[in-house]
Parts: sequence; structure tokens; C-alpha cells
Amino acid sequence: MPNIISAEKVRFGYQKENNEFNLVLKDISLEIPQGQFLAVLGHNGSGKSTFAKHLNAILLPQGGTVTVCGLNTADEDKLYDIRQQVGMVFQNPDNQIVATIVEEDVAFGPENMGVEPSEIRTRVDEALKDVGMDEYKTHAPHQLSGGQKQRIAIAGIIAMRPRCIVLDEPTAMLDPRGRSEVISTVKRLNSELGITVVLITHYMEEAAQCDRVVVMNDGEVLLDDTPRRVFSHVEQLKSVGLDVPQATELCWQLRKNGFDLPDDILTEDECVEAISALLEAKK
Amino acid sequence: MIAIKTEDLTYVYSAGTPFEKTAIDHINLEIEQGEFVGVIGHTGSGKSTLIQHFNGLLKPTSGRILINGVDLWAKETKIRDYRFKVGLVFQYPEYQLFEETVYKDIAFGPANMGLSPAEIDERVREAAEFVGLKPHHMQKSPFELSGGQKRRVAIAGVLAMNPEILVLDEPTAGLDPKGRDRILGQIKQYHKARGTTILLVSHSMEDIARYAHKVLVLNHSGVAMYDDVAAVFSRDKEIIQMGLSVPQITRIFSRLRDRGYPVSESVYTMDYAKQELLSLLSGKEG
Repeated sequence: MPNIISAEKVRFGYQKENNEFNLVLKDISLEIPQGQFLAVLGHNGSGKSTFAKHLNAILLPQGGTVTVCGLNTADEDKLYDIRQQVGMVFQNPDNQIVATIVEEDVAFGPENMGVEPSEIRTRVDEALKDVGMDEYKTHAPHQLSGGQKQRIAIAGIIAMRPRCIVLDEPTAMLDPRGRSEVISTVKRLNSELGITVVLITHYMEEAAQCDRVVVMNDGEVLLDDTPRRVFSHVEQLKSVGLDVPQATELCWQLRKNGFDLPDDILTEDECVEAISALLEAKK
Repeated sequence: MIAIKTEDLTYVYSAGTPFEKTAIDHINLEIEQGEFVGVIGHTGSGKSTLIQHFNGLLKPTSGRILINGVDLWAKETKIRDYRFKVGLVFQYPEYQLFEETVYKDIAFGPANMGLSPAEIDERVREAAEFVGLKPHHMQKSPFELSGGQKRRVAIAGVLAMNPEILVLDEPTAGLDPKGRDRILGQIKQYHKARGTTILLVSHSMEDIARYAHKVLVLNHSGVAMYDDVAAVFSRDKEIIQMGLSVPQITRIFSRLRDRGYPVSESVYTMDYAKQELLSLLSGKEG
């Protein structure tokens, strides 16, 4: 698969009030193949949101280059194309909603792209269905809860049919059902439409469902592997302020106590199987 | 003593318009003083509406709300007192910071209570210490701080009023695991030291399991459950039905039980899970 996003030695920082220079991204290089479902983990301040903002030219690298669908993000003439290809969903839905009616908000992106009105209608209806908000299409966004608003914001991006979606902690405010609805929607967009997904999250269980996990720490890539391999580094993750899924943690704790369990348990199913096997052996 | 009592508490938004919606419907609830209660419920279940009644931000459409046995709305002129007695920390409280320095921001509440400068100073320092802010932070602009620090400043601003009841609406949303454990650890510490009644609204069942003693489950604008953490999470199937979840560890143990292994039905924290398995594994010498 060709790379849809390619970051080469990206460097970015800013001046703090006391005139010290704070280097947020320290020569980050990362290749994201088309169609991948990638999770980015890292503690607050690790540079993951700053990196995400480089993916559709909200921020431009001070050193190095970011290439999106073959376009250099520093090329101002291509800004529209880049933003059309890479949609971005932020944590706080209130900052992303522009219209007074749900369906008009979702239509905002495609309207600006000059999509045919009949096609806009189709896209808006589909997008709202995808996020489970179709029955709210004529409601006013301000009367919705935070979680519902976030799903509208995601629908607005989906309606633009981008090749890549970058989500910066999209589920931080959602209840468990809303969270799994959003994640399963994003997974479906990835598997059925082949949209590349970059998911920034603090939920380890979400990251465990991705193809690949990148762990950032102090502006650098600390780990970059499959979720299974990344989460087997329990101690290292804890040392940088992160966590592992409880299923992984439980098996790790038992291993530390001398029990023989696989060191790459990732899911609830695997954990139940492994512990059952252990209990059977003891019988 | 009962800290919070509601009698058929009902609140209707936009009554008489096409958008009329009953957000909470005849809620009867008694929360003991000194309790640490986790509040869960899916989006739109009425959590936020309910907690906004506790300090009089919303006035019941019908029914009553009693704080320490006194009807909050018995005398409307007294409402202001409840804003100090019941401290509410909203979602993303860091957006509410406004003062020039961290110190002034934390002092805003106590200053409005009419305390003397010496008392205010003591309150501010105590509150700052509880949330782990260092003396050198105090003269900084709150906007120079990191997100997690800003949030702790906002929480300190509420703690500085020495509320008898502290209500936190998703205080850890958007924080990384370390920041989350830190804030909740400090709240737990505060609860221990002061005996304040605490209500923690959260979508993280893992956090609720770890810190709360009781869980209030709201569903369809009413109270679905109010019981000990163990009792609530042992009803995992009902909870999932409501669009909520139980900690992953609880699901794992529920499945081990379904397979016939003699594990406890109320496992909800990592420590307990580990102990339970260790004793089971070492108890049966092969």
C-alpha cells in the first residue's frame, strides 16, 4: 500500500512566555500506509495533538516535511486539497459546530466543496445514520448533549468523504455506548470504505482495536508496533504515564507472581481463555 | 445524617414548548453525609440536571430538594448560601479560569464569601496544596499552565470554599492516565481528610470502581440503582442493557463465573482481581 501520509524529520516548537524555546516535536518521522487504522498514545504534553495538527496543515513543520496524498503541506496553493483529503475531528464538539440545525451543520463541508445538492442530501443522511443521529437531523445542536454533538461533528467530516480522518480524543466526553458507537463507526469507515484513520486517544481499549499503535513521549516516537507488541511493554508504558487494558494488566500481574501466561494478552477473550487454562491446569 | 435528600424531584426543560422534555422525573434519593458516590448514566439520563439542583442552579419544576434536612428553596434569599455549601466542579472547569494569577483565581470563591484576608489566604494555600500546586505556581497566570494544572486550579477554587458537599462532573475527561489518577487520588485524599460528601460523575467505570463507595445509576430520568459498588457492578447485565458498562475486569470475572469457576461475583478492581486469582491458584495445590 502506498503511504497516504509521510512525515519526515518533523520539528516543531514555540516560544514560551519566559522566552525559553519549547521543542514539542523532535524530528518525528512516520509513514502511514493508505487504509491503516493507527492509534497514537502519549501523555498530555507528549506532542501527539501537535503532530496531528500537522496532518492537515493546521500547523506547518519548522523543520522537515509532511506529505499528504503526495502533496507537501507547506504548499499553500494545495491547502484546500489537503484539508479535503484529511478531515479532522477534535475533542470538544462545541468548537466544531457552525449551524443551527443538525443536518445543515453536517452539510457545511460538502456545500463548501461544491457538491451537487442531491448528492449532499444523500451524504448528510448517510453520515447521520453512520453516527446514529439520524432521528435528530432537524434538531438544534445546542439542545443536544456533548456526546451527541460530537457525533454530529464526526458526521460533518464523514460527509466530506475524506481519504483520511484524524480524530483527536473524539470519545473523551462520551458515555460508554456513545464511545463504542463512535469507535465502531470509525472502524467501519476504515474497513468498508478504506478510509485511513489516525486516532489519538487515552483509552487503551480503543487503541487495542487498531492495526498499529504509536506511543509518543516528549516529542519523540517511543514505540511503534502492533497493539499486541506495544502493550506487552507494560512497565515501559507505565513509566511514561500510560496504561494498558485491564485484561493485559491482570495477566501481567499474574506473570509477575510466577504464573505461566502468554505475555501478549490483549483482549478480554484472550484473558478469559488464558486464565481458564491456568485454572484448569490447577484442578 | 442525610446530606442530600430529594422528594419527587422533577425538572422539565422548555415546558409548554414543542421542545418540552422531562429531564428528571420524580427522583427520590437519600445520600448520607460523608459518602463517596459515583454517578453514572448514559448521555441524557439526567445526571447534569440532577446535580445542578444540589446548589440551586436549577429550581425544581416540582418536588423538593433538601440539603442537611433543610429545603433549599424554602427561602429564596438564602439560595446564595448553598452555592458555598455545595461546590460544583463542571466539565472542563479550566475554561472558567479568568483571574490574572492562580492565587487570585483560587481566592475568588472565599473572597465572595466575605472571609477576612487572613482566612482567604489560609484557604487558598490549603486548597492549592490538596491539588498539588506548588507555591511557585501561585503568582503565575493560570493560562501559562498545562491543561492538567489548569484543571487542578479550577478544582482548588471550589475546594477553597470548604464545601460540605463536593460534586465533580467528569473531572478527568481528556486527561491521560497519570493525570487522571493524580486528580482522583487527590480528591480521595480530600475526602479522607475532610469527610466531605462527594459525588463523582464519570463515564469511566474503572474510575468509579476504584474510588467510589456507592454508585448512583440514572436511567430514563429516574434512579435505576443506588447501592454499594460491588452490588451495582454485580448487576452487570442490566447495566450494559442501559448503555453503560462495567469495568473490563468485572466482565472477565463474570465470564469466568459463567464457565463455572468459583470466583467472587463482585470483582471490580485490579487489586481485588489479582488477590482473588492468586488465592484460587495457590489454594488448589495440584
